Amino acid sequence: MQPAAAVPVIEFSDVSYRVAGTQVLSGFNLQVQSGETLVLLGRSGSGKTTSLKLVNRLLTPTSGEIRVKGVSNVKGDLIRLRRSMGYVIQDIGLFPHFTVERNIGLVPKVEGWPAERIRTRTRELLHTVGLAPEIALRYPHQLSGGQRQRVGVARALAADPEILLMDEPFGALDPLTRDELQREFLLLQQRLHKTVVFVTHDLREALRVGSRIALVEAGRLFTVLAPRDFLRSPDPLASAYVRAFGDGLEAAADRGTS
Amino acid sequence: MNVVRFILHNHAQVLELTLEHLRLVGFSTLFAMLIGIPLGIVIAHRPWFNKPVLASANIIQTIPSLALFGFLLPVPWLGERSDRLAIIALTLYALLPIIRNTYTGIRGVDPAVMEAGRGMGLTESQLLFQVELPLAVSVILSGVRVAIVISVGLGTIAAAIGAGGLGEFIFRGLAMVDDRVILAGAIPAALLALVADVGVGWLERRLQPR
Repeated sequence: MQPAAAVPVIEFSDVSYRVAGTQVLSGFNLQVQSGETLVLLGRSGSGKTTSLKLVNRLLTPTSGEIRVKGVSNVKGDLIRLRRSMGYVIQDIGLFPHFTVERNIGLVPKVEGWPAERIRTRTRELLHTVGLAPEIALRYPHQLSGGQRQRVGVARALAADPEILLMDEPFGALDPLTRDELQREFLLLQQRLHKTVVFVTHDLREALRVGSRIALVEAGRLFTVLAPRDFLRSPDPLASAYVRAFGDGLEAAADRGTS
Repeated sequence: MNVVRFILHNHAQVLELTLEHLRLVGFSTLFAMLIGIPLGIVIAHRPWFNKPVLASANIIQTIPSLALFGFLLPVPWLGERSDRLAIIALTLYALLPIIRNTYTGIRGVDPAVMEAGRGMGLTESQLLFQVELPLAVSVILSGVRVAIVISVGLGTIAAAIGAGGLGEFIFRGLAMVDDRVILAGAIPAALLALVADVGVGWLERRLQPR
């Protein structure tokens, strides 16, 4: 991890978000450092997805601001901002009428990359996420859930963004496939060192993939802890999570140190 | 068969009126697409706007065709040429299925796909042309198909105001109480509708995503 003095890649500064009379987020302060995987952990409706969408401006805060590399994200070009971040969502959102290749190559294409470079990049990314090159010409409905999710990750990485926003990326997968993808994600992250914001409601997943865990409840950020500190935390909310998820959490928290 | 003999004997005129009919249907469908598809896109993106637009198109649809032709007759520029008037009236009728299907097709695009696209940094026009329209195209085309079939049928009424087309035979046959003449208009019209239906249906399947 970077020293705390470095400018955070993403910084929430007193952010509140209210929609239709509901306070979704209030007084949110959070810093995401370069190269770390910050997990936003919370139950459904706690505001974790909202906070992610505030980063790439799918939503705009009611008050406060979010700075990306020190600059408020409402300044500057919206499209540029979004293309500088990979975005992976639970429903994946692959374009059903595009082949895997076109799905992955879409942002490079609209960025005006030459066709040959897009092709090379696509093959490279398929390899990176552990998919066979033949997959390139298939359509999303011809893939398994795990393959689709891998394509989603490859697509997010296409233009080599520094930041990855992942909204319960493995939430809809069966436990075996999820386990596999989490492991691959860790290996990938060891090589790529992206700055990742990862949303999940699964403590086991949070402990496994996160370098720090931010606990969100009812639109407020409760605490930010490293995985192993989370397990020992006296914070009642954190210990409630630990109790609810039961045994075997130590092992999950111990990954990545090896 | 009498009808067949009559058609063969008058094949030049049957052909001429069929072409006239095609012209009425072709131009009106084209205009309806040029107006209806953009309008459908606009109301799909601005939900508060969809009620008035769809309601207006619905109301037009309920006006009896003969009455609409009659209403439009005294309108200055329109009434000057009956084929012009017929094309405008047919365009109005073709609007509803096209607007409604464009609206439905675009609203039917999976929101997750749209959000992923937006989050990836596609511009609104890239989203429209690369995602929404390709995914909605078969629904839009099925609206066009309905519009064409309606126009072919309603186009026969256009003969009542002297706009030509296969309706000529039908009205003439009615006046003469001669089934052969009526059928010489009705059969080619039915065939036109059928061919258009099958043709656009084929295109629709070809362009279907997935």
